[in-house]
Amino acid sequence: MAAGSAKRRPLGGTPGIVSIALPAAAFAWFCLLIPQVANGPLFWSVEWVPSLGVEIGLWIDGLSLLFALLITGIGTLVALYSSAYLGGDDHYTRFVCYLLAFMVGMLGLVLSDNLLALFVFWEVTTISSYLLIGYKADDPASRRNALQALVVTGTGGLAFLAGIVLIGAAGGGFQISQLPDLSEHVLYPAILVLVLAGAFTKSAQVPFHFWLPNAMAAPTPVSAYLHSATMVKGGVYLMARLNPSLGNSEAWTIALCAFGGVTAVFASIMALKQTDIKQVLAWTTLMALGTLTLFIGAGTEAAIKGMVVFLLVHALYKAALFMVAGLIDHGTGTRDANVLSGLMKAMPITFIAAIVAGASMAGLPPLFGFLGKEYLYDAALEQDVLSRGGVLWVAGCAFAASALMVAAAGIVAWRPFVGPKAETPVKPHEGPWGMWIGPLILAALGVAFGVIPSLSTIVLEPAATAVMGAPVPVELKLWAGVTPALILSLITFATGFLLYWKHRAIRRGLGRLRDRADPAWDGIMDGVAGGSKWLAKTVQAGSLRTYIFITFLTLAAVLLTTIWRTGALPSAPPLDDLRLKHWSILIFITAGAAVAAVTNSRMTAIAALGTVGVGVALVFIIFGAPDVAITQLLIEVLQVVLVAVAMLKLPHMKPDVVSRIRGWDLILALSIGAMTTVVMLMVMTTPLDLRITQFFEATSAPIAHGRNIVNVILVDFRALDTFGEIAVVAIAALGAYALLRGTRRNT
Amino acid sequence: MGTSLIVRAATRVLVGLLLVFSIYMLLRGHNEPGGGFIGGLIGATGFILYAIAHGCRAAREALRVEPQTIAMVGLGIALFAGLVPMMIGDALFEGMWLFLAADPADPNDKGIPLSNILVFDVGVYLVVLGSVLTLVLALEEEV
Repeated sequence: MAAGSAKRRPLGGTPGIVSIALPAAAFAWFCLLIPQVANGPLFWSVEWVPSLGVEIGLWIDGLSLLFALLITGIGTLVALYSSAYLGGDDHYTRFVCYLLAFMVGMLGLVLSDNLLALFVFWEVTTISSYLLIGYKADDPASRRNALQALVVTGTGGLAFLAGIVLIGAAGGGFQISQLPDLSEHVLYPAILVLVLAGAFTKSAQVPFHFWLPNAMAAPTPVSAYLHSATMVKGGVYLMARLNPSLGNSEAWTIALCAFGGVTAVFASIMALKQTDIKQVLAWTTLMALGTLTLFIGAGTEAAIKGMVVFLLVHALYKAALFMVAGLIDHGTGTRDANVLSGLMKAMPITFIAAIVAGASMAGLPPLFGFLGKEYLYDAALEQDVLSRGGVLWVAGCAFAASALMVAAAGIVAWRPFVGPKAETPVKPHEGPWGMWIGPLILAALGVAFGVIPSLSTIVLEPAATAVMGAPVPVELKLWAGVTPALILSLITFATGFLLYWKHRAIRRGLGRLRDRADPAWDGIMDGVAGGSKWLAKTVQAGSLRTYIFITFLTLAAVLLTTIWRTGALPSAPPLDDLRLKHWSILIFITAGAAVAAVTNSRMTAIAALGTVGVGVALVFIIFGAPDVAITQLLIEVLQVVLVAVAMLKLPHMKPDVVSRIRGWDLILALSIGAMTTVVMLMVMTTPLDLRITQFFEATSAPIAHGRNIVNVILVDFRALDTFGEIAVVAIAALGAYALLRGTRRNT
Repeated sequence: MGTSLIVRAATRVLVGLLLVFSIYMLLRGHNEPGGGFIGGLIGATGFILYAIAHGCRAAREALRVEPQTIAMVGLGIALFAGLVPMMIGDALFEGMWLFLAADPADPNDKGIPLSNILVFDVGVYLVVLGSVLTLVLALEEEV
């Protein structure tokens, strides 16, 4: 697809229209389900892997529905936005595929009732977000950051899988809707650690937070989607979803409150430090994730209520602001907060969307964000389950994060639009309608839900009920009288405005504050790569001699250990039975081996080894196995021919090198020989079970019509084995052929 | 051609003998030492000798088909021999015999014994012949 022709297509052509229509239709369907879900969860299921008890069960309760509405609703707007933002891109179709795959994964994640199915969708979101973050694949930074996100969330995903297995063992099944309260179970500590490892990496809690700001390498629509409403909330969803069965313990509360609180405060301080407005938004997303985790951890009815309200609040304003950041980038060519200024006239629609969404982020009345913050404060101040210290911690974290959020909102949504007009790389201009319609709708929803809170409660009440595992009435009021929460809000505004007023000074002051997690990640990755390289170099030295030496050294070690562990050495066999022919063959073989060991010519060594092989064939003849002897002889001949042909072109052996390594080789060879002998003697001491031999002897001629038992076994009794063996022979030959031909083409 | 006259002259006689002998070994394998594996190796030796005397290209021309094709056809024949009994309801790789021109009165007279076992052994013969030649010819051309 040529970039020029695609640019003029409305809505990004067919792929764009599909990517908009699908989530829009799904959104409409989920909207129709709202009244039903308000009355009770919906459930239906299809068997998928019956043997593992995996079924695709759809379990739509309030929490699932809230997420599904966010995923499809914001997904529709993001798809529309992308069609304008990326519609002219050469790889737009690919982008649409990734986006839809992500959407499906996310929907599956929130709708699955089975933990294993949930995990599969969890991984789908991990992989598709890797592809989305690395969309600009020709940029090394983009690739690196995509890989970082994949490794961090993927590792967490593995821990989560282990956690799921333990949950299955402890809870007697993988149905989320049927899980009992596990907090008293003996496996609970392990489950807790593993599940939280998955949730914390996915939802970027400190110290696993570093991948999220780096994931801003993705195109802006991706950031708006993945990092506002969806992927990073996957972990939050998981914690909320498992809250009824895992959340009734002190460990859960402490872990979530600690990680969530630290993340919220640390991230909002880091947000002030950024100058790239997209980075500011990324760090404030971390703050939101931390806050959500904190309140799930607090776990009281009020906290869950506040959490659910804030979840919706954040999704609405954050998606809008990311899109605004993309509009500013598109309209001016820069996202640097130090440069941007005075855009109000040039980008009026963007300004309206930004200021409304920003006000919601700052928590100003009468916007939905104000409600969100009020109810968080309510929960923080009124909770009676935690100790006084706990209240102080939750309220303190929420307060600090909220105040810093006011300042961050100012930096992103106010600062670029006011003041004198600035010189930007591109003359400021408004974006196309497809790009501003999304933020405008989301900002408008923020107003609507704020002014008429009852609009949102029909979804939020079932959601809070689902998280709590017990009915939670959600009644939102814009004016609830003069409450402690309102007073705290006023203090927050004052602090926030002060922080915004002084934010440049604060930024300079924070200059020395560095986030060490990202360099640490690089260090770990370098360590892993270095370790692998060292291991590969050591084991895969590239020299055939070394390979063989290592292989036989391992064999010798294993044999020696076995013999040592078994203890008993077999007694020496009687030598009186040996007659002249035996002695001659023995001398024949030994002489061949000795020559091979001391000669300085490769050809001589090969010929000497051939002698050994012929000697072995003689052994077979003496002990009545002519078939084996013939085969041995032919193989020996072929081997000598093959190796001799291969060795023709090799340089002569260097006597000094040979003498240096030969001693070791000799020791290894002798010890392998000695140990093989010991093992053989041990085998001889156990009585031979002759039943199978007797069966073959008795049946070979009458049933299989053959007197040569060896051959009858090969082609009749054990024909299936033989077939497998000849298949291996043929495949090995083909493989060797391909290798030889491959080297020829390269030289 | 750097090979000696003696080798080339001897090859002319030996190759034919080796090939006939390989088939002899294949056919007698059920009752005497021999069989498809040994026969295939002997047959391969014949062609290798030819390749040493006259070059790999001549050996390939004498073979007429690629050695890897021979191996694959052999594998197919062996599989077919195993599948036939299954098609008529027996076990996979079950032996099926037909004693041509045998005297029904004499239990020791087996006439000309034909069987899917023999077909299977022919498959083994071809796989071994083809595989060994694939390897050796490629290696020799490489050097």
